[in-house]
Parts: sequence; C-alpha cells; structure tokens
Amino acid sequence: MSTSSQFLSRRSFGKLAAGVAAAAAGTVSLGACSPGSGTASANAPLRIMAINHVWSQAIKRRLKRFEDRVGRRVSMTLLTADQLSNSYNVKLNASGTDVDVMMVRALQDQLLFGRNGWLTDLTDRVKGEAAYDWPDFQDAPREVSVTDGKVLSVPVVTERPALYYRKDLVEDLGGPPRTLDDLMEMSLELADRDRNFFGYVGRGQRNGAVSQWSSFLYSFGGDFVVDGKSGIGSPEAVAAYAYYGGLLKRTGPPGATNMSLEQAMPIFAQGKAAFYVDADAIYSNFLDPKISTVGRTVGFAPFPAGPAGARPHNIPSWSLGINRFSLLRDEAWEFVRWASGPEMVAELQAAGIPGARKSAWSDAKTLAAFPAELAETMRINAERGIGYDRPQVLQVGRSRDIVGRPLVAGILGEAVAPVARDANAEFDDFLVRDNRHRES
Amino acid sequence: MRTAKNATTSATEDTTGNPTDNAAGTAAASGGPTARTADGSPGAAGPGARGSRGRAPRTFEQANRRLKWAMLAPALAFVGLMIVFPLVFTLNLSFTDAFGAVNAGKNYVGAQNFLDALGDSRRFWPAVQRTVVFTVGAVVLETVLGLALAMLMRKPFRGMRWVRTVLIIPLLTTPVAIGILWLLILDPSNGIANHLLTSLGLPPQEFLGSVSQSLPTLMLIDVWQWTPMMTLLLLAGLTTLPEEPEEAALVDGAGGWQRFRYVILPMLGPTLATALVLRAVDALKTFDILYATKGAGGGSDFEAETLNVYAYGLTFDYQEYGLASAVLALFTLFIIGVVILLRRRTGRKTA
Repeated sequence: MSTSSQFLSRRSFGKLAAGVAAAAAGTVSLGACSPGSGTASANAPLRIMAINHVWSQAIKRRLKRFEDRVGRRVSMTLLTADQLSNSYNVKLNASGTDVDVMMVRALQDQLLFGRNGWLTDLTDRVKGEAAYDWPDFQDAPREVSVTDGKVLSVPVVTERPALYYRKDLVEDLGGPPRTLDDLMEMSLELADRDRNFFGYVGRGQRNGAVSQWSSFLYSFGGDFVVDGKSGIGSPEAVAAYAYYGGLLKRTGPPGATNMSLEQAMPIFAQGKAAFYVDADAIYSNFLDPKISTVGRTVGFAPFPAGPAGARPHNIPSWSLGINRFSLLRDEAWEFVRWASGPEMVAELQAAGIPGARKSAWSDAKTLAAFPAELAETMRINAERGIGYDRPQVLQVGRSRDIVGRPLVAGILGEAVAPVARDANAEFDDFLVRDNRHRES
Repeated sequence: MRTAKNATTSATEDTTGNPTDNAAGTAAASGGPTARTADGSPGAAGPGARGSRGRAPRTFEQANRRLKWAMLAPALAFVGLMIVFPLVFTLNLSFTDAFGAVNAGKNYVGAQNFLDALGDSRRFWPAVQRTVVFTVGAVVLETVLGLALAMLMRKPFRGMRWVRTVLIIPLLTTPVAIGILWLLILDPSNGIANHLLTSLGLPPQEFLGSVSQSLPTLMLIDVWQWTPMMTLLLLAGLTTLPEEPEEAALVDGAGGWQRFRYVILPMLGPTLATALVLRAVDALKTFDILYATKGAGGGSDFEAETLNVYAYGLTFDYQEYGLASAVLALFTLFIIGVVILLRRRTGRKTA
C-alpha cells in the first residue's frame, strides 16, 4: 500500500479535480445555449404544470380522452400558486425541458417570462386555424395574452369580483347594496364584533389585497398608473385606500392584515360576515355544504358603484403557455388547442367554470350551470370590466408590495395620506427602473 | 437553515470520524511490509527493498498522509461541488445586474448591488434590525430557560425519561408543521388561545394577525421549539462537571445561588458558549416558521421580514438575482462576524 503514489498523488488529484470542474462548467454553459435542441423519446410523457383549481381538476378528469387521441401519456402536476411560480423560477432558470405546458397568470408572470424568453410564441398557431377561432376570445383577456405583438399564452379561466352577501340579513335593508356608500352603511349596521360577527370581510394582506382593491380604485376614478407615472398618490386613490381600509377596520374581523383569499373566504363561508368581495370563480366554495354553512343564504350581486360608477375588473386569471425549452412543443400545442378550443370551453363552462370565449358566454345552456343571480352578476361585471387588476409591469410582486402599503395603513387605522404620498414616490422610482428593465 | 444544520452535523461527524480514518490508515500501512513481501521482493525487507525501487525512503506518516488525502478525495470533491460552487456562483451573481432570469444576459456592475442594499432604509436596514431583535430575544430567553431546566433535571428523579422525551418533541417536529399548528392555535377569531383568554376574562389578542405582536409571538414560538435543545446541550455539559468544587463550596457555607453563580456557571462557560454559537447562528437564519406563518415579505407591514425572508423575496418574488446575492453575501459576512465575536469572547473567558 505504500505504493499509493502510483494510485493517486496529490498533484494528479488536483489535475483530476480541475478536469472534473472544467467538464462540469462546460456542460452547464452548453446546456444554457439554445432552446429545445434535442428530441424527446416517443414514450416521454407530456408534462403539464398547473394550479390546483377547479379548472385543472376538471381537465384532469378528461385527460384520458386526450391521451387516447394523441397516443402519449400526460402527467399533470397540481400545485398552489406560490409553489407553481417557484417551480417555474427554478426549472426555467436552468433551461429545464421537464415541463411542456405551463399554466401561468398572464397578468402576474407573462411580461417577465416573455422578457426572459421562457414562453413560446403562439401567434401563428392561434391564428393559423379557423376552427380554433382566436377572435372568439373576449377582447380584454385576449389583449393581455399579447406581449410585444406576440401571443404568448391563451386564457382559460376568467375572473371578475362578485359581491357575496347574506340574503337573510339584507332582506330587511332593501336588498344588496348598489353603491359603495350603501355597502359601508349596511356593513356598519350589521356588524356585531363583540359577538364575532363582521359586516365586511375581505383580503387585507398587503400583496394579496391589491387585486381585489383594484375594483374599488377604478370605481373611485383612480388607476395604478396614469400617463406612465404613479397614480396611487391621486386624491381618488387616497379616497379608495381610506374607504377600503375603513371598511375593514370598522366592520371587519381582527387580524385582517394577515388575510388573503385562504383566510377571508372561510370567515364568510362559516356565516361570520354579511358581505365579501372576491373573485366570482370561487362561488362554488359557498355552495358546498361540507365547507360552508351559508349555502342556502348566500346571494350574488354586481360590484357596487363608487363616485366614478361601478368599474370592476374582468381578467384572465389563468392562461396556458408553452415552455420554450420544451422538446414536445407540437404536442403541447395539441393539448392547449384541445383544452382551450370552443367545445371544451363550452363543456367546462356548462360545468360551472367561467372561461374566456364569447361563444360560451352567449350560450344560454352553458350559463344555466351558474345560479341565476350569479350568471347575471357575471354578465354585468364582464360588460363593465377593465382588463387588469394589478399594475402592468415586469416586477408585479414588487409593485403590489408598494401599492398595498397605504391599504394596510388604512386597515390599521393610521392616516392614509402620508403613507400614500411615500408609496407614490416609491412607486414612481419603481416605474422608472421597471421601464429600464423592459427596454434593456 | 436546514442545509446549514446538516453541514454542522456532518462537520462534527467528520471530526469524530477522523480517528477511525487514522486507525484504518495505520492498519493499512502496517499491512505494507507483508504486501511488499508478496511482491516477491527479498524477504529481508526494509531499506534494501526500497532502495532497489529507486524511491526516497518513506515513513509510515508520509504514506499515511497520501492515503488520507486519497480517502478524503471523494468527500472533498462532493463538498467542492455542492458547497463551494454555489457560494462562488452567488458571489459572482452579486456583482452583476442579473434580473428576471439567471440564464438571460447580465452585465457586471461592480459593487453597485452592495451599495444599493446598504443604502436601502425601506427594507434592508429594518430587516437587519428585525433579524437582530429576533435572534437576541429568542436566544437569551432560550439560554435562561434552558439553563434553568437543565439545573432542575440535573439530579435524577422519577419519570425523568418521560420528561426528557416530552421535551424533545417540539425539536423533532418540522418547523412548517409548527408554524401551521400555532397559526391555528393563535387564530384571532377561531383559535383556542383567544377562547382560553376570554374564558379567563382577558381581552382577546390578534397575535400573528397583528402587525405589532407578530415578531414577539414568533420569538416565543421559537423559544417553545428550541429551548429543549439548549436544555439538552447544557445538561450534557453539566453532567461532565466535577462535583468536588461544588462540595467544597458547600462546606465553606455557600448558598444555592452562590454555588450556581460562582462555581457552576464559570465551569459551564465553554459549553454555554458553544451552545450559544450554535443556537445564535441557527436563529439568525430562521426562515421556515416565519414564512409558514407570515408568508412572503413577512406580513403586511413587513413586520416579520428578517434578512433571510427579504433575500428569499428578492429572489423568488422580485427576480432581482443580483441584489439578492449581494444581500445574501452581506448576511453571510454578518453571521461569520457574529460567530467570530462569540468565539473570541469565549477564548478570553477560558484563558
């Protein structure tokens, strides 16, 4: 054994280590080059990553049909929104080929993913087939799908805010509120906070609340960005901040600043609040007797009017895109075409999942799936709707963190105006930087 | 946080593993002569045999050293790939303007990211402050309580094993599960904590739902989880202490507190210092319970955003890879500084 020098001397070990490192570095840099240069084997499954949502579950149940048609196995992973965006970040930063179809939030991710070159250009595919009927998609969601003239995603689920209310409680007050002033008044009247009953419940978390607050902002006459500059310091925005903060502070549950959809929704579902504004796509939660005690008493109303009228959002909440590094891009498009084609959208909408196609919305049969009052609410909100519910920037997460700060100050009962002024300045700086990133 | 803990444990395994390595090495080396005879060299081994091969004479130690390197090589290569590479990569990123995607183009911008981070009074410095408050608060409480419990459990008593088993449970639970558990207990409208408080006639609290109570509440959860570890570490230290000095003090008429303060505590110094370093480093890097209970950004007013949570947000929510790497580099330097400070103070104490 003392002949170990023949085996491996320290110097040769050093050489070996350097060689291994160089080889590893070489593979890494080569791998980062061009997208989709290899080919996938014939029995590789088509990989779909999706949000855990009623839409994905409905599609998953119908996957067998698609597999039979294309003769390839499909594996579908369902994750929460946070996990999903983290997975994309990790996989696509490494130019990963192990995801083919990506479910994305067009308003949250698409600008950034487009800039990163992570999404396949679908323009020719969506416009190439008459049967797919691209113009059949609603205008607002369709516009969001286009970045720099390229179609990067196809909307599959749309969303508007709905005012959920308790029929049994508002009956004596003359029906659901039609204006935001009425909403405040009724919430104050119905709230009995000492007995754990709240007038209004809604999202209050800095980041999560921004998208639902957008409808209040628009209805007060404000907007996130006005002429390329921050609009959140305007008198209209400050009024909207103060109104929403006051509504939650005076009539809402304790700990509202920690609440997003997951915390606020159960409070209404357990009959502890009179009003709740959130996405209309979640209505089925309140009808399910296993998790809701208000199935018989829940009512649906259009978003109430503010000083500037009723101006809710109408957005594509989830869309399908194709990973640019995918080796199965043709098969992936096959899936997107199947899952977002006119027949499937009509079928899913008839099962209670609001899609983005005009044909489905004008079809009385598909609307029959929703409670009548909700269908009417959706129709009215879609008509009035604005196509975005958050700032349209690259770093949506960061912009929401800035925009949400005055909202939290309002809920905590602090003066909103100074915080809004500070946030306004911060948002202006942010927009300058964001624009620079967009152009580079 | 998990990785760091793994690293520490594997490091201790390395040190304890060393003697075995040496023993194996010696055994192999002492097997040397036999092997040489088997080679067919003249039976009278020794200098003659070596000279005939034209090699410099080699002692056992030299042979041993090479063998040691050869045996360590796989582990070192693994460490190099898994730890050094990411570190260097992160450091490299911190000098670039990487944004959006790591595999997109990036330019070197010098120390700009570091200047941006250090000049940021909205998020960076408050995060530093929260990290320090959280760590100092939690570790001080854990040390005091842990020492008290260790002193109580020092003398054997009936049911001691049960008490120790129960104590160790929070330590074994995953932090995310703990976060969710406490979220449910402390829920402002449905949780059992407020139910108990109101039944005692006390006003209900918002706990984690509130902006001002979140960080103290999280500190207490950390104390609940990690005090047992302090107890176990200090208990191990206490059992190794000689009993004579304490007996001598007893004979001299020292009271219980005096014996503890002037006899036990000084002798326990080194153990205490090691426990402090381990726990402080871990507490600085706390991430899971903060993220599980307060989400990205540490809550609505950033009330639980420590440096670790901030760096995570910069990476995964903002995709500011350059800035995030700079913050992480600064954070690592800060931790190293804390460790050096704590170690140096112990060194002086033991001297």
